[in-house]
Amino acid sequence: MAYLVCDDLSFSYDGRKVIEHLSFSVEKGSLVCIVGENGAGKSTLVKGILGLKKADTGSVKMAEGHGHSKPQIGYLPQQSEQVKDFPASVREVVRSGCLASRKCSRLGFSLSGLSPFYSGFEKRQADAAMERMGILDLAGRNCSELSGGQKQRMLLARGLCAAGRLFLLDEPTAGLDTAATAELYQLISELNQNDGMTILMVTHDPAVLPRLATHILHIGQKENFYGTFDSYRTTEMGSRFLGGEIK
Amino acid sequence: MTLERFLYLFTRSYVLYPFIAGIAVSLIAAVIGVSLVQKRYSMIGDGLSHVGFASLAISTAVGMAGSVWISLPIVTLSAVFLLRLRESNKMKGDAAIAILSTGALAVGTIIAQKSTGLGGDVCNYMFGSTSIFAMTPGDFATTVVLALLMFALYLFFYHKFFLVSFDESFGKAIGVRVSFYNTFLAVLTAITIVIGMKMMGAMLISSLIVFPSLTAVRVCRTFRSVTVAAAILSVCTYVVGFALSIALSTPPGATIVIVDIAVFLLFCAIGALKNRVKRG
Repeated sequence: MAYLVCDDLSFSYDGRKVIEHLSFSVEKGSLVCIVGENGAGKSTLVKGILGLKKADTGSVKMAEGHGHSKPQIGYLPQQSEQVKDFPASVREVVRSGCLASRKCSRLGFSLSGLSPFYSGFEKRQADAAMERMGILDLAGRNCSELSGGQKQRMLLARGLCAAGRLFLLDEPTAGLDTAATAELYQLISELNQNDGMTILMVTHDPAVLPRLATHILHIGQKENFYGTFDSYRTTEMGSRFLGGEIK
Repeated sequence: MTLERFLYLFTRSYVLYPFIAGIAVSLIAAVIGVSLVQKRYSMIGDGLSHVGFASLAISTAVGMAGSVWISLPIVTLSAVFLLRLRESNKMKGDAAIAILSTGALAVGTIIAQKSTGLGGDVCNYMFGSTSIFAMTPGDFATTVVLALLMFALYLFFYHKFFLVSFDESFGKAIGVRVSFYNTFLAVLTAITIVIGMKMMGAMLISSLIVFPSLTAVRVCRTFRSVTVAAAILSVCTYVVGFALSIALSTPPGATIVIVDIAVFLLFCAIGALKNRVKRG
């Protein structure tokens, strides 16, 4: 069953068209890796799906929107956009993800959504997310004292508090060392396989595709590809990207 | 000044009113300052205080000297305008503030010159000084009620303000109305400046907003502890600065800023010491 349907999407960035007439639909439980050259519009697409950027044409539809409420999406922004030095504990950051689940009513807000306190349920949810990411022991620490890998796990935990069944990751391993990268991929893979979370991940790393991806979305200069990993491998576009520098 | 005379002054309404009102203002200024500083919005407060100066000149020219009901709409609208300008990316944020600041100063100066002349009034608007002791019971009530109301509102939306301070794009992505809370914060800032500038002086009011949180960050490392510490520090430096200004007959606004600086330096030292101990 199609979980996320993007139909005829076009985006421009700084007046330049980056994505034109892109259509694809994501099945529930799949892990889609979004690849493409720098400036191809990968992050723009992620922002478009999240509603942070307005599309020139086309639409994004999600299957599981409960009536009028916005479906819950977890999001891990690109690292460069992260605040470097901020006086906040890991716990405070992770809990802020819970603000997503406060559904809006038709009037624009509901009384429970307005509560100035986190509920017991929200606190447990945040603790569970931190435990899941193996950072519960860091909960009281200041978030800027963490290592790169720990920071990403903290932001993943925050995204988990916000996520329903869909998670968008924008280059989660950028700037991480090999060990931290492997660890993070392991966590992402578990979320997909054990929890059935549908994941869209922007990546630059061809090596990770065979391990994680069920589907590939390759945004190219002239054409785009969307399909299963196995069919991607057989295309010229795919073999060139997977083969690295081979001309 | 004898101690007896000093204590006696604190029983008089012309000292007691501004003293209590100032405590309320420093409380709200400190907590919104935590978000403003982290969002790199400190200069918005400064820009708005210049607009506040112009609004004071206007209120004097139309014969309602210092009325908050003239200053509030002018400064609030400027705050919303500044924020929109930043968000639209049509102009760099700091450039927009520079234009607004100098523009407002120019307008204020001309209006003051044409109405009452560039005399003691202008000096009072700019630097506070004696205008602090001309608080009517009406002014006093308005200031305290507005400050406490804003403090309650800030606490009520505390988690939302944390989210929009820490990571706007994540907030937007999960469906929190980020631009609403940004505007809300700008309006709170505008109101704080309006109710605080007559005591502190338009040029000095933004120190109430930035100093407490900057000082608290030297030592505290979670958002909640920074907020609580900033509120406590703000009230303490205000009380000490105010008392000193009475005892030494110095302008209250400037005296409070000096105390703020001293405490800031003290906390820098404590923070450095703490780091050294941690590293062993």
